[in-house]
Amino acid sequence: MENFFSRYKNPLALMAVLFIQVVGLATQVKRPEGAKPGTTGSGTRLIRVWTVTAFTPIEKMFVSTGHFFSNGWHNYADLRGVRKQNRELQDEVARLQMEQVRLRQDADQARRLQVLLDFKEKFISKTVAAQVIGTSGTEQSRLITIDKGSNDHIKIDMPVITPDGIVGKVKEVFPLSSQVLLINDHDSGAGVILESTRLQGIIKGTSLGELQINDIMSDEKVEPGERVVTSGGDRIYPKGYAVGTVTASTPDRDNDPFLAIKIKPAADLSRLEEVLVITKMAENTQAGEGPAPMRAADILSQRLPSVPKQDLNAPKHPGGTTTGAPAATSSPTPVNAPKPAGAATEQKPGIAANPLKPPAAGTGTATPANDSPKRSAGTVMTSPGSAPNKTGAETKKPPSTGAGSATPTGTGGPATATPPKPKPTPKKSPSATTDSNIPGASEPKTPDQSGTNAPAATPAATPSPTPEKPPR
Amino acid sequence: MNSSVSLTSREEIEVHRFSWPVSIGIPVVAIFLQVFLRLRLLAILDLPLLVTIFFAVARRRPIPGMITGALIGTLQDAWTGHPIGLFGIAKTIVGYLGSSIGVKLDVENPGSRFLMTFAFVLIHRFVYMAISLQLVGGSEAWMWSHTLLSALVNGLAAVVLFVLLDKLKLRN
Repeated sequence: MENFFSRYKNPLALMAVLFIQVVGLATQVKRPEGAKPGTTGSGTRLIRVWTVTAFTPIEKMFVSTGHFFSNGWHNYADLRGVRKQNRELQDEVARLQMEQVRLRQDADQARRLQVLLDFKEKFISKTVAAQVIGTSGTEQSRLITIDKGSNDHIKIDMPVITPDGIVGKVKEVFPLSSQVLLINDHDSGAGVILESTRLQGIIKGTSLGELQINDIMSDEKVEPGERVVTSGGDRIYPKGYAVGTVTASTPDRDNDPFLAIKIKPAADLSRLEEVLVITKMAENTQAGEGPAPMRAADILSQRLPSVPKQDLNAPKHPGGTTTGAPAATSSPTPVNAPKPAGAATEQKPGIAANPLKPPAAGTGTATPANDSPKRSAGTVMTSPGSAPNKTGAETKKPPSTGAGSATPTGTGGPATATPPKPKPTPKKSPSATTDSNIPGASEPKTPDQSGTNAPAATPAATPSPTPEKPPR
Repeated sequence: MNSSVSLTSREEIEVHRFSWPVSIGIPVVAIFLQVFLRLRLLAILDLPLLVTIFFAVARRRPIPGMITGALIGTLQDAWTGHPIGLFGIAKTIVGYLGSSIGVKLDVENPGSRFLMTFAFVLIHRFVYMAISLQLVGGSEAWMWSHTLLSALVNGLAAVVLFVLLDKLKLRN
């Protein structure tokens, strides 16, 4: 026996070391009850804490030293031409101040609309700025290490962003540092929405570190260049933040009925230096004081053409054309730039879903009756903000052509028209209350009209929920 | 007091020994550079693996070789998002094979160093993927082109790096 051990000492030692490591691996992979699949389900490994904690001060020192010298040089270099830059900046400030006034008015209108529509939105309440001090160093795991940890109230699953777009979420927290799982890691995922088509999906990283959406049906039209923003459905990232831009959309060979949509991330994930960790997100409860909250499916069902509300008193409307009424049903997204008055009635209701703008009522602009149904429905689904991703399938395939909500072309008139104030009805969505006001709802419909009038429940299509201020 | 690690093997094979600072410092520096320098090239270049191969081959003793690989791999695991042990197991096997092969082949020649590193990168990747897919339930895809490119880059880097590390050997 002794001879056996001495003869096979090396292979036995190898097996012993491998066995120990496999057991160690198994203890991490074993998931406790209730743990999410794909997570280790265990706390942070001591070896991880020790290693990261030991390296962090050295990394911080190197980063600080590097920044000291680079900042010193830049401070000197930046002084050149600072007078001219100052003049330009003052002009810029003046321009921005004017724009701010306009945006504030838009925001006020949006808030009023949110109350009417029973929206609840989450907004960023508190952030912590952090510096990137390291990476995982491998392509198998795309992580960065930041210099803020539990001492700075960082917690697991907090979203990390830059001004350009989202970066990832906190995966591990140590006292002095944290590890952030980038969105292009193959274990990462985020709920997103395509900005103009309002299609919802889940963005994931690939083994090559690319971003891809794989759960949008291949019969949808997704064009390169379209912006992708967070949907908020994952309950991690705040809604409306830039994720990236579509670079290619091709049928997925491995996943047949779906598209493989490649996304170029908005934030340069390979050159991150400073990031913001969102440590607190507050929910806007202002809207919750109105009617009882409704499920996204309920809102959708009210606005589908299959269940139009009949109103015998509604005046006849010869055109029966639509406007981009869904505009008022979307919650505000930071990436949506305010559009000029009347934008809500443009040909693309998806884009027109800018809540910062007043509803289409009163604009008098007509949209063709065969407007995209997908877009409209998608807009509806995104409106509650908390619409789960599962409902995204519905948004991709709305049942009929009834897309835009109807606004009588003759009722709009000049933009200065101020419709009467809405009457909030408890237990009923504002859109439902406005159905009776839809002109032509009781009319015998031509094929064109039937599709266009149906979703008229959108408040934007009716005068009643129009804000007090006239649309500009 | 002998301050160096005794790494002798058979009498007929050249004995390579390293001082304690080198034995500890070089792997630590390799890991540090790997995680600190945010260069795209370093992502494809696996410095800890190269250091593992170098020490394993130079020491020519399987047990120290695999222990070196296990320690370096485990430290490297700490920086990743996956469970600790994936790199540890892969580098343990590479360390064992490297020290075993060092007894039988001429590993001082640049050509053999390139081929040896090329093969070890493939083995390392294969073991990593096998553990990741079979034991951990990972979803990574094997990409031949990327793996071969990585093996090529690491093989070339090894030729240069090993020449530099050769200078750190203690000779009798």
